[in-house]
Amino acid sequence: MNRMVRKWLILMILFIAVMIPLVVTNKYYMNILIMSGIWSIVALSLNLILGYTGQVNLAHGAFFGIGAYASALMMLKLNMSFWFALPLAAAIAGFFGFLIGLPALRTRGSYFAIGTLCFNIIVTLIVDRWEGLTEGARGLMGIPGPSPIPLPWGGELTFKTMAAQYYIVLGFLLLTIFVLRRIIRSLVGRTFQAIRGNEELAEAVGIHAMRTKILSFTISCFFAGVGGVLYASYIGFLSPELTDYHVSFDSLIYVMIGGVGTMVGPIIGTLLFVTLPETLHIAAEFRLLLYGLILMVMIIYLPRGIVGWMKGLMGRKRKQEAP
Amino acid sequence: MLGAVYSLVALGLTLIYGILHIPNFAHGHKYMWGAFTSLFLVVNFHTNYWVSLFIAMVVLGLAGVGVERLVYRPLRNAPHVNSFIAAIGLLLFLESLSLIFWGADFRRFPSLYDKPIHLLGVAITLQRLLVIVGAALFIILLQVFIKRTWLGATIEAVAQNPEGAQLVGISIDRVSSLTFGIGTALAAGAATLIAPIFLVYPTMGAMPNLKAFVVIIIGGMGSIPGAVLGGFMLGLIEALGGGYISTDYKDLFAFGALVTFLTLRPTGLFGKGVR
Repeated sequence: MNRMVRKWLILMILFIAVMIPLVVTNKYYMNILIMSGIWSIVALSLNLILGYTGQVNLAHGAFFGIGAYASALMMLKLNMSFWFALPLAAAIAGFFGFLIGLPALRTRGSYFAIGTLCFNIIVTLIVDRWEGLTEGARGLMGIPGPSPIPLPWGGELTFKTMAAQYYIVLGFLLLTIFVLRRIIRSLVGRTFQAIRGNEELAEAVGIHAMRTKILSFTISCFFAGVGGVLYASYIGFLSPELTDYHVSFDSLIYVMIGGVGTMVGPIIGTLLFVTLPETLHIAAEFRLLLYGLILMVMIIYLPRGIVGWMKGLMGRKRKQEAP
Repeated sequence: MLGAVYSLVALGLTLIYGILHIPNFAHGHKYMWGAFTSLFLVVNFHTNYWVSLFIAMVVLGLAGVGVERLVYRPLRNAPHVNSFIAAIGLLLFLESLSLIFWGADFRRFPSLYDKPIHLLGVAITLQRLLVIVGAALFIILLQVFIKRTWLGATIEAVAQNPEGAQLVGISIDRVSSLTFGIGTALAAGAATLIAPIFLVYPTMGAMPNLKAFVVIIIGGMGSIPGAVLGGFMLGLIEALGGGYISTDYKDLFAFGALVTFLTLRPTGLFGKGVR
């Protein structure tokens, strides 16, 4: 694909994404689209640490939950506006990522995966048991949506309709893509990828591995927190299950199926996995059975996900054309 | 008593890790399947408790061999991340399969040995004693098997140096199948021992699984004495923390211990130098 075609393709997709609420009025489909948008943000943020830095973080659900709970508590108990709570809650998620990263990132490979998984369980347990703050298993109810923004020429911008919710999520999704893309293309992003390739070698050429990994982890957790805040204000209800490690596993599935270490992969994976079961009306228990099977088969035969596989196909074609 | 069970589950896990270097996240789900298999035998065929314990171990051992061949063997030369993810896929698969098979209900395992007996001034039910004795027996048997028999020696050889083992004619494929079988059978044994005390349900494996991971991190991955000691330590930490500080946060102590260990000594008590 040359540059021009690529640019037009991206513009086309953007145009379609912006026009969707004008065409689709069915609330059910809008709901699915909004959810895919939120989960895409989470999957993309996981991809930064998993795909580009090569660390298997199994605590992503916890950071998503921390972001969601932090924003909900700030809005409910401190009457904070959504627009203040959002960056603050995401920063809190990022800060927790930093704190956990300090001990956990000293370890590697499976130790890191297990350590983060255990951290996730600690978070879920605390959220479940600390009833004074989080209402425990009953969950937090009545979380307000985004508050209206007063416009300079009078009147205000409200976010009551589905379409408005959709645009908010789409806006944050684009922001996430933009920021992550800039990071990955920058020198810092290169150091992340160097660590993924070979940590010893990266250190030998003067990269401070620990600092770099913590930076990547913190950014990744920050965006997971953004996803959490959007979820909390859209659904309006939170329960401890949302911080569960199943959330981490789900986002891991989205990233791996879509294509780990690519920009489009996590979005495609999320769209596929959020929309397919809904449209096929598969019963919940069979859905997990299928997920498990697909995950195992994919990882054996297509370890780089759908996008990685297609890239491989195209690369082969190009080679045949110009030997 | 819980310590004994943690030790057994962790023992299987650490064996598998030592050979294949994969964290088998689905281990707890095989534990759950072990409990269900023996429950199924006892309830539907009225088999003797010990016979069903044996059958469950054999069945799950074979299932472990099958899983190794179908899922983990194709991934042996792939990056480690891939095997974790395959393990997570397996976990989801096994959990939902058991939901479809047995339903989400909590079941009681009919217990034969629930009479309390007095031993050294402590009242304890016979089943609880059986758990401790049974676990100790399995641990000793495994130790004898690995240290004293020819087959066990091949396992140790592969764990120490796979290339070297291959050079002297040990088939890695066969050893990893064997290890997987033994590890899974141990989990099934532990599950059947503990099932009459707790309830049997599809997600029963999640906590022991995670705690087994805590145990092998505390004890050092791939180390057998580490797994045994770590298991009993974890049991103690939980019992003491639950008794003296707060039962609400009982499970938290285990994971807190893990985080402390990761910070202070990431390789565990018996871990080898490599991080």
